[in-house]
Amino acid sequence: MTDTDIGLVGLAVSGILVGVTLVLSLVWRLGIAREIVVAAARALVQLLIVGVALGLVVEDDSPLIWTWLWLVSMVVFASWTVGRRAREVPQARLLALVSFTAAAVVTLGVLFGLGVFEPRGQTMVPLGGMMVGNAMTGTVVAARRIVAEARDQRDLIEARLALGLPSNEAFAPHLREALRTALVPQIESTKAVGIVFLPGAMTGLILAGVDPVEAVRIQIGVMYLVLGSVATTTSVMALGLTRAMFTADHRLRWLPPVEN
Amino acid sequence: MGASDQRRLDNVSVDISASGITVLAGPSGAGKSTLLRLLNRLDVPDQGSVRWQGSDLDELDVLAHRRQVGMVFQKPTAVPGTVADNLRLAAPAMDDDAVVELLDTVALDAGFLNRNALELSGGERQRVCLARTLATNPVVVLADEPTSSLDPDATAIIEASVQRLADPNGRHRVGWVWVSHDAEQTERLASRVIALDGGRISSRGLDD
Repeated sequence: MTDTDIGLVGLAVSGILVGVTLVLSLVWRLGIAREIVVAAARALVQLLIVGVALGLVVEDDSPLIWTWLWLVSMVVFASWTVGRRAREVPQARLLALVSFTAAAVVTLGVLFGLGVFEPRGQTMVPLGGMMVGNAMTGTVVAARRIVAEARDQRDLIEARLALGLPSNEAFAPHLREALRTALVPQIESTKAVGIVFLPGAMTGLILAGVDPVEAVRIQIGVMYLVLGSVATTTSVMALGLTRAMFTADHRLRWLPPVEN
Repeated sequence: MGASDQRRLDNVSVDISASGITVLAGPSGAGKSTLLRLLNRLDVPDQGSVRWQGSDLDELDVLAHRRQVGMVFQKPTAVPGTVADNLRLAAPAMDDDAVVELLDTVALDAGFLNRNALELSGGERQRVCLARTLATNPVVVLADEPTSSLDPDATAIIEASVQRLADPNGRHRVGWVWVSHDAEQTERLASRVIALDGGRISSRGLDD
């Protein structure tokens, strides 16, 4: 597509770096040679498949329904992943599904509804992917942290309940703490961007030959998208979890201990 | 009050007076704390019912009920903030004079008002928690071994406050349901004793 296209030969040559990793792991006797080969091969196969599929979705004349299907399956898969990574969280999968859907409506609604980006497969799929991918990490951190607070601070929460405070008020200080923990890394990385690291979307655009200033404009849109989506998913998760952990008559349910 | 439950408590049927000091005695694991948690509705029974002044707790507004039937825990549960912040958690509209007056009932002077609650001694923190529970103006306070981790001096101060508050001729008149595994403390405090063992009532005594 441009003079930065690495081609099949280039791809094969870049495989030398996998070889370097492999040799180093053997020299250090890390016992992970097999995992390295499997990981490199999986990345290659998975991304090739995604690349081909994406080609079909983002083509100019392909119907928008494929884009929507792609977005929906990303949200479902991400919710399933949250459920797997936060086993001790009650109703994690369902709550993640609701959270991601809410975040998609809010963030994609702003970016596409207000005309920041044109609603096409070529924009919706990558932006949706960034949104879900980043929100997933934040959601797992927030959900686990919220449940840990409820479990570890049961004494204080029940002391507030025993004073006749409703469950949302009894839990509010702990919820705030958990949400702060989940959001602060996102805010920190938003601050450090451009100084400490060059973000992926921008790097990719520059490699593909796009003017850096234009790449930066797109990247900023992406970053605000990520920030908004993490805030939305964690907030919805917080509301849902508070409902799941407390009974309607303001009792804190028993919570399972953390595995692993 | 009456309660029955099938897990930690088995076939317990008991009326607890809302005046004076009722001591729930018995070894650990006897079901004393479980009974208190049922009375404050932090737990609900699998079977049977808990009644307050004749009404099933299922039918009462749980938040209003918890303010009438307050609870003090074994471990002091002061929240971050000043002593006044802690009391206002229970009664946000309370002014400084009212806070000082309540602190006085648990033998803490006005100097404690703006002290950091988490920097107080265990005994002082437990007294703050007691005052905080009193701030909702309860009819009865459920006390789950609140002095078990305190030294004898701190225990004596709390016991004196509780006896003053339980005095039927006193200004506050709060009833107490006090869990204790300490026979001497039971003797010092109890208007009546209900002994639990293995989730069942093993004996009753005192009063009149």
